[in-house]
Amino acid sequence: MSAEVGFRPEPFPVAARTALADAQLRRNLGKATTTIRAKRAQVVGELDDWEALREAGRALKERVLRHLDDYLEQLEESVTQAGGHVHWARDAAEANRIVAEIVTGHGEREVVKVKSLTTDETGLNEALAAAGVSAWETDLAELIVQLGRDASSHILVPAIHKSRAEIRELFLRTLDVDELTDEPTELAGAARAHLRRKFLSARVGVSGVNFALADSGTVCVVESEGNGRMCVTLPDVLVSVMGIEKVVPTWRDLEVFLQLLPRSSTGERMNPYTSFWTGVADGDGPQEFHLVLLDNGRTDVLADRIGRQTLNCIRCSACLNVCPVYERTGGHAYRSVYPGPIGAILTPQLQGIDRAGSLPFASTLCGACYEVCPVKIDIPEVLVHLRARVVEHAAGTRPVPGPEALSMRALGWVFADRRRYEAAQRAARAGSVTISRHGRIRRLPGPLAAWTEGRDAPTVARQSFRQWWAARGGAR
Amino acid sequence: MLARVRAALRDVPPDEAPKDVPVERGYRTRDDAPPGELIDRFAERVEEYEARVLRVDADQVAAAVATACAARGARRLVIPHDLPAEWRPDGVELVADRVGAPLDHATLDGLDGALTGCALGIAETGTIVLDSGAGQGRRVISLLPDYHLCVVGADRVVGSVPEAVAALADAVAAGRPLTWISGPSATSDIELDRVEGVHGPRTLEVLLVG
Repeated sequence: MSAEVGFRPEPFPVAARTALADAQLRRNLGKATTTIRAKRAQVVGELDDWEALREAGRALKERVLRHLDDYLEQLEESVTQAGGHVHWARDAAEANRIVAEIVTGHGEREVVKVKSLTTDETGLNEALAAAGVSAWETDLAELIVQLGRDASSHILVPAIHKSRAEIRELFLRTLDVDELTDEPTELAGAARAHLRRKFLSARVGVSGVNFALADSGTVCVVESEGNGRMCVTLPDVLVSVMGIEKVVPTWRDLEVFLQLLPRSSTGERMNPYTSFWTGVADGDGPQEFHLVLLDNGRTDVLADRIGRQTLNCIRCSACLNVCPVYERTGGHAYRSVYPGPIGAILTPQLQGIDRAGSLPFASTLCGACYEVCPVKIDIPEVLVHLRARVVEHAAGTRPVPGPEALSMRALGWVFADRRRYEAAQRAARAGSVTISRHGRIRRLPGPLAAWTEGRDAPTVARQSFRQWWAARGGAR
Repeated sequence: MLARVRAALRDVPPDEAPKDVPVERGYRTRDDAPPGELIDRFAERVEEYEARVLRVDADQVAAAVATACAARGARRLVIPHDLPAEWRPDGVELVADRVGAPLDHATLDGLDGALTGCALGIAETGTIVLDSGAGQGRRVISLLPDYHLCVVGADRVVGSVPEAVAALADAVAAGRPLTWISGPSATSDIELDRVEGVHGPRTLEVLLVG
């Protein structure tokens, strides 16, 4: 899960090739995206004030982000006042070190974890392992991914690439069970029994955060299985890690987000369980609470006036389910904790253009992601903005222009003069007759082959528009 | 880190206050349907989550609890120490979780179910909210046993999420933990097939009173 640090990941077009060749992945993804898309459309359609809710969600996020310093200070004060401890982490390593120190400081060797993209982003499990601490993922899909030493393929349903038969085999191999069918009810039952023992014995829980309220210090975790409730209620010590953008001004503002999130995410009117706690509650739940505020590149996103809206994201994953690119490649091809359209804009901004510069191009700019986004992130706008930055970055770092820059320069020279342009058209027409088949060209010759690597090129028309216009008598 | 945040926000005018960023609350903040309609909708939507709803009169709660427990063979239920006396049936062993002498997790894990009240219900979403108030107890008691039987007074059903948020503001301000429950624990993680019941109670039943 921690593909975020270390070596430079493969670019998207290379990674996508593997995914596209995986028939089961494509079948499962097709089913998942189609099903969740339909459920979302139905429950969103029930609310005639959906657009007003989206606009309020967007505006609240804008208010938070433009005054993030104020709200973070307020949050720190209210959490502290409620008996919690607040830690500031500039990057992943610092966040991981803080969590590891809290765990080992209590002499513990095990923690139970609620699914959290933020701690996946920091690679917390690996960092804890290095500190001698086992982190048990307790969300069913995360458990499947962890036991299989696999990677998540979808924000909401991370193990969607696995079939029930594979999960059965995995559980038989790794859990303490003798007999098991591949019925999902039975597989879930095996996970329940396995993790119940962990829940009852673990003294430290680790969670992410969906929302944290600046005014009261209340923290909120939204989930379905009850593993979240277990992790935030049973242990003596609770550590919650949140990106700094997750702060929300007041309790009242949740009347917006608690409508937007479940309907956009799972396509339910409400998710099964939502937990709220404020610091430490006397006699109820963990008696020691730590909140870790993580930057890890977020202030860089904040500084970019167009990119800033990316931090509106409430991690619902609606944009994944409507994306024609994601639907075909799945999450692995993005080589990031954050896949799909939101990943294509968030990952390059968090990790840097030089590490994830292919991702802003993993989109057709169809705009479906913007239409379903509950907090109105204009993803196509940010994609285009980032593409420009990638091109500028390439121009600034390459000693000699790359093939794309060269061909664009050549095209510019041809387009600049009518005679040159017409001569090129004639040449292309003559050439394309010899290499096209059924009106398509599968492979262009020479350096142009790069263009047909990922697509067919159409055959050049027999007649140019100017020739056709002249033939029918011009502007009579 | 705050310095980094401030540096990133150099484009925000120094005299701009948070409230200067307009937030248009153009959405509905209350549902004006008649109470009877809201109560029906609440029951209907709770049931859509595969939870069972039984409608009973106020003087029949204890009898309904006894019948529900008998139907699933539940003999020992945990209750919060301040559960109303008129909800407590004969013939079912009730184990009270007391302030100062709380039940340990292993004991709770060994019980057949939990009987609690709640703060309110939300008709729009079929949600039950526990806010650690009277008759609800600690969060853990409705979590570890595999069966949760929750008593919801019909007069506690509100229409929409914004109405629930408004009604819960005092509990939040007082620092009380909240749990919003919409149906039994569920997952769709395996091939997107919905399974009711993973870690939380696999069965949720609601006694809707009045």
